[in-house]
Amino acid sequence: MSATTTATPVTADIHGDTGTALRFITCGSVDDGKSTLIGRLLVDSKTVLQDQLAGVQRGGETDLALLTDGLSAEREQGITIDVAYRYFSTARRKFIIGDAPGHEQYTRNMVTAASAADAAVVLVDATKLAWAAEVEDGTVVKRELLPQTRRHTLLAHLLRVQSIVFAVNKLDAIDDAGLAFERISTALSVFAEAAGVEVAGIVPISALKGWNVATRHADWVGYEGPSLLELLEQLPVTVQDEAVPFAFPVQWVEKFSSSADTSQGRRVFWGRVAAGHVEPGQRVTVLPSNQTATVAQVLSHTRQPKAVHAGHSAGIVLDRELDVSRGDWLLAPGAFEPVREITATVAWLDDEPLVAGRVYWALQGHRWVKAKVARIVDRVNITTLESEPATQLEANSIGDVVLALQQPLAVLPFTQSRALGSLVLVDTATHKTAAAVLVQPAAAKA
Amino acid sequence: MNARTESELLAPPMHSPAHLSNTHLDALEEETIFILREVAAAFERPTLLFSGGKDSLVLLKCAEKAFGAGRIPYPLLMIDTGHNFPEVTAYRDQRAQELGAELIVRSVEDSMARGTVRLAHPGESRNAHQSVTLLEAIEEFRFDALIGGARRDEEKARAKERIFSHRDSFGQWQPKDQRPELWTLFNTRLAPGEHFRVFPISNWTELDVWQYIEREHVGLPSIYYTHKREVVERRGLLVPVTELTPPRDGETVQVRDVRFRTVGDITTTCPVESLAADAGDVVLETLSVDVSERGATRMDDMTSEASMEKRKKDGYF
Repeated sequence: MSATTTATPVTADIHGDTGTALRFITCGSVDDGKSTLIGRLLVDSKTVLQDQLAGVQRGGETDLALLTDGLSAEREQGITIDVAYRYFSTARRKFIIGDAPGHEQYTRNMVTAASAADAAVVLVDATKLAWAAEVEDGTVVKRELLPQTRRHTLLAHLLRVQSIVFAVNKLDAIDDAGLAFERISTALSVFAEAAGVEVAGIVPISALKGWNVATRHADWVGYEGPSLLELLEQLPVTVQDEAVPFAFPVQWVEKFSSSADTSQGRRVFWGRVAAGHVEPGQRVTVLPSNQTATVAQVLSHTRQPKAVHAGHSAGIVLDRELDVSRGDWLLAPGAFEPVREITATVAWLDDEPLVAGRVYWALQGHRWVKAKVARIVDRVNITTLESEPATQLEANSIGDVVLALQQPLAVLPFTQSRALGSLVLVDTATHKTAAAVLVQPAAAKA
Repeated sequence: MNARTESELLAPPMHSPAHLSNTHLDALEEETIFILREVAAAFERPTLLFSGGKDSLVLLKCAEKAFGAGRIPYPLLMIDTGHNFPEVTAYRDQRAQELGAELIVRSVEDSMARGTVRLAHPGESRNAHQSVTLLEAIEEFRFDALIGGARRDEEKARAKERIFSHRDSFGQWQPKDQRPELWTLFNTRLAPGEHFRVFPISNWTELDVWQYIEREHVGLPSIYYTHKREVVERRGLLVPVTELTPPRDGETVQVRDVRFRTVGDITTTCPVESLAADAGDVVLETLSVDVSERGATRMDDMTSEASMEKRKKDGYF
């Protein structure tokens, strides 16, 4: 495979909304140049202002990484601890960047950034990989990626970040950059294919020199695709999960008042439509009370009468008074079968390991229920992608568990619906957010 | 309000795709309203920090849309250093009254009288001391969530902050140990004495704020627009000449056409030279500006790279 064919073509078949800002994260291992890359994007898009640029000049040299490492502890240690959010725009688009930390210790912050991202740029440091070794005793040496490259790619993929882009960095520091890029992009493609990750592009860059970051660096390493920024300008924002029946978690109940919205003496149920859409005349069932009603009126997030689609906030007035509170769900009748047990993939984020038998708080939509870890099914080996047996899940590991729920919830696999398939677990003692929970198809690992 | 035609607005070389801004502003507004409702529903005693500045007025506009005019379900809280621009406090009081909102004002001077705030010297800025008065107000009213108008584009420490930012019982921010914030599943669980700071306009930039002010006709205190003011030049800043900030020896007082990009304590806030007379003018200026909001206007942030982070760890908003 050659370098140019391993990268998926990125120009022809991308559709979707590019009018709203693209939220993307940069991730990858420590020192792979994430902060420098963001600094470069900001400087080359002329977003960095004079006083900010002056603040990162040390002895006449500009240290682009200092533009994002904003905490004193980060500057002390020279690493990124938490996500820095940055904003910039080009003539074509606005961008929100989440600069995620590379250290395994701060994986939870990477997961935080990824959960809100439309795209992920996984940085790969070409100088750290044994790409040069060709044969030993006549056999091809297996070219390993760094564990954090694999971990971050897997996490972004698990969280359904819509577009995953590899940026192979520091190629300017390698003599035979063309060969390095070809071999590294092959290794990335092989890994991505094994993990089931669709790749939106593999771009060779030099963040330090600005090659292929904002503008193309012509005739370099045999790559003829767009620059990283050109690629990002074309990527779609996250599409809402289609073909899922109406589901609506009640966020806030507006009580009876004399205002026009509640003039019939009925309450308005506000929330964000998780799936499907809502308009007057629709029948709904309330979870958990199981009562049924008809939607009498729908308001948009700004209180205008309007049908509302998934992803947007709505106010719903029903045709009769029902017992509905924050945390309840309004559902398309008969479309969901609430369950008391779920099998889910968890990204464990707390320093205290997950142990079978413990009870946590689980949050789905706006509903809090107790959840007990009935058993740990397995853990993913980040290197081999194989499942292996486990008795507990340590911080930053990924594994499958069975959760027993105190009350039934309407769930769908995360692959079908982000909103119905995602939960967080919270430690009942410390109140720390302990895990991202992604619901599996029911039969998959039972 | 703005006399320019649309084609003129689109004409200058801009970083920002002006034709995209409506979709983008709609998305920002919707996110902000979602967060404002979440606070109303998830907490028992929330409050909205309201200074009368542009960011808090934008927040208030979104709150009006979220809850209906005149029915914002939490009180407004102002921590008064006693060193405010009179145009701003007057406008603050006017808006609170128009909205029928409860306005709570707690002042640094009261903390000084109680002895909980001690100034190193009489001329010391009271800005950092707001933290003490704020924490006293939190204790007095047992607030469990404080909504603030901070934006991540303001400053490097702000850029790191969660939307729902947990504070311990000393009001401290722990930047190394922030709670993960996944999707919009906000973990709002608290132990007694703890609280949250919530930032619904985290993802807005200075330009977004001005474009929204223009689009929604959000009223602002007059000093946000061009006016003549006595200033002196000091270390590249235009320092307003007031009783609290008199000219120093050797400085020449000049009358300049200025406006404020940000307003805060008189002793720490500087205007910029400008003829911008309305929000449309400010949008155009913001598109071509080459110094950040804080770099152009704040005396206190220049003293140390980490001054904002340090103050936030002490409970500053």
